[in-house]
Amino acid sequence: MIEVKNLTKRYGSHLAVNDISFSVDEGEVVGFLGPNGAGKSTTMNILTGYLSASSGVAKINGFDILEKPNQAKASIGYLPEQPPLYLDMTVREYLDFMYDLKKCKLSRETHIAEICRLVKIEGVYGRLIKNLSKGYRQRVGLAQALIGNPPVLILDEPTVGLDPNQIIEIRSLIKNLGKHHTVILSSHILQEIEAVCDRIIIINQGNLVADDSAANLTRKYSSDRRILLRVAGGEEDVLGLLSRVPGVQNAVSLGEKEPGIYEYAVTPVEGQDVRREISTRLAARNWLIMGMRSMEMTLEDVFVSLTRENLSMARKNKKGGRA
Amino acid sequence: MGAVFKREFKSFFTSPVGYVLLAVMTCASGFFFFVFNIYSGIADLSYVFSNLFTVVLLILPILTMRLFSDEKRQKTDQALLTSPSSLTGIVLGKFFAALLMFVLSLVILLVFAVVIAFQVTPSWSVIIGNFLGLILVGGLVISIGLLISSLTESQLIAAIGTLGVSVALMMMDSLTTIFSNIPAVGTVVNFLSVSQKYTEFTSGILNYAYVIFFISMQALFIFLTVRVLDRKRWS
Repeated sequence: MIEVKNLTKRYGSHLAVNDISFSVDEGEVVGFLGPNGAGKSTTMNILTGYLSASSGVAKINGFDILEKPNQAKASIGYLPEQPPLYLDMTVREYLDFMYDLKKCKLSRETHIAEICRLVKIEGVYGRLIKNLSKGYRQRVGLAQALIGNPPVLILDEPTVGLDPNQIIEIRSLIKNLGKHHTVILSSHILQEIEAVCDRIIIINQGNLVADDSAANLTRKYSSDRRILLRVAGGEEDVLGLLSRVPGVQNAVSLGEKEPGIYEYAVTPVEGQDVRREISTRLAARNWLIMGMRSMEMTLEDVFVSLTRENLSMARKNKKGGRA
Repeated sequence: MGAVFKREFKSFFTSPVGYVLLAVMTCASGFFFFVFNIYSGIADLSYVFSNLFTVVLLILPILTMRLFSDEKRQKTDQALLTSPSSLTGIVLGKFFAALLMFVLSLVILLVFAVVIAFQVTPSWSVIIGNFLGLILVGGLVISIGLLISSLTESQLIAAIGTLGVSVALMMMDSLTTIFSNIPAVGTVVNFLSVSQKYTEFTSGILNYAYVIFFISMQALFIFLTVRVLDRKRWS
């Protein structure tokens, strides 16, 4: 449905998007994740034909956005970061205008009424957009993206400015839309992406750093399942014992966290559960375990480590380049 | 094109701009009609038209200042440019909406013509020529204003910029006399002189070369506006 190959966008000397390639199949809901200024919006603007790429190809529904812009754009419903609303129009006038602008062929009255019901804006149908709250404006923006029932929806931070109830509503709406549409949505809220998307594309500083499902991402990047231990006892002695436990690859001390209590990070050999053995051995020496938890990575950790790693890598490259 | 045209034309009446234009044009032409026709007892409307030239050049920047600059500021251009409409269609929609608004403000002049027709038979061909001339000049200013408003996000700068060009167009005529003995410059200035061409319309001469001049200049500025919008995607 969406095919992106070696997409690059430069603003002068600034590289906003660097050689990104991915594809999205029909019916997939894909989340764009990345810190502010990572290149999410730029990528979306290129996909929708608002900006042109410096190099690379973007195809929507089989149509190249540069060569067949009108067919490609007709397959997209786009909600930009700031909804493109004419403040001096009523919701009715605005949706009517967007219907004409998109050259929609569906029955005008029923189609617009259906969309309004879907995003719950029937109540403000006759009001001036200028007088609407941020949440309602966001929904009108979403409504305009849905006009014409486009097979591809591109939503740039669709839940910004909504209250928690509305966020839940819009998320479930997007999930429902995902049954019949191909959806790309961007966000920097991890829970949102995790809740709505089948697949996650993480972008950092213009680079694509990960492209996988949430479950796979957390699994892949939490391969080292370390155990954090807090033990009351002498640092050297405990450390010596821990590293002698069968199945432990290595153990390091993280320092005194509470008076007389030290924290240790224990890395087991892959596939081994060493918690039982550690407990019994420590208990035998009368060293009490004050806390034990395995460091399972959440998507958040994956995100932070990926974007941080990338940052330091980029810095290193820069330094290397200068030297 | 149709959707943009309709929205743009309507928006002249959801803001004061449309009403201000109608009011100013009605006042100005009413004043000229009183002074040159009723008070002096002359049936020729040409004086009204030739005096309106200045008014049109000064008031039209207000009509065009918002056309693209506001879209950019409100980010509504994202809706326009990502819709399956061509850039040319969008620009033409805005151009014709502003042109129609301008033509609407000239309707009062028809009333004056009818008033005169009660007294004497006016020379309708001259009146039609006058209308055509004024609409062509207006279209030229609108196309220039369209281009300038696509270059900036600020309505104020768009208005002042267009006003500057309008004033330059007015002064071009006095330059023709200064530069008339320098061959190359004289020819260029003469070619660009709008008021001189307009004067021929007001005297009832329909010079096809001038009609083509105005229309091709408008086409040029519309084309440049399309290029500006297109170029923005590449920067």
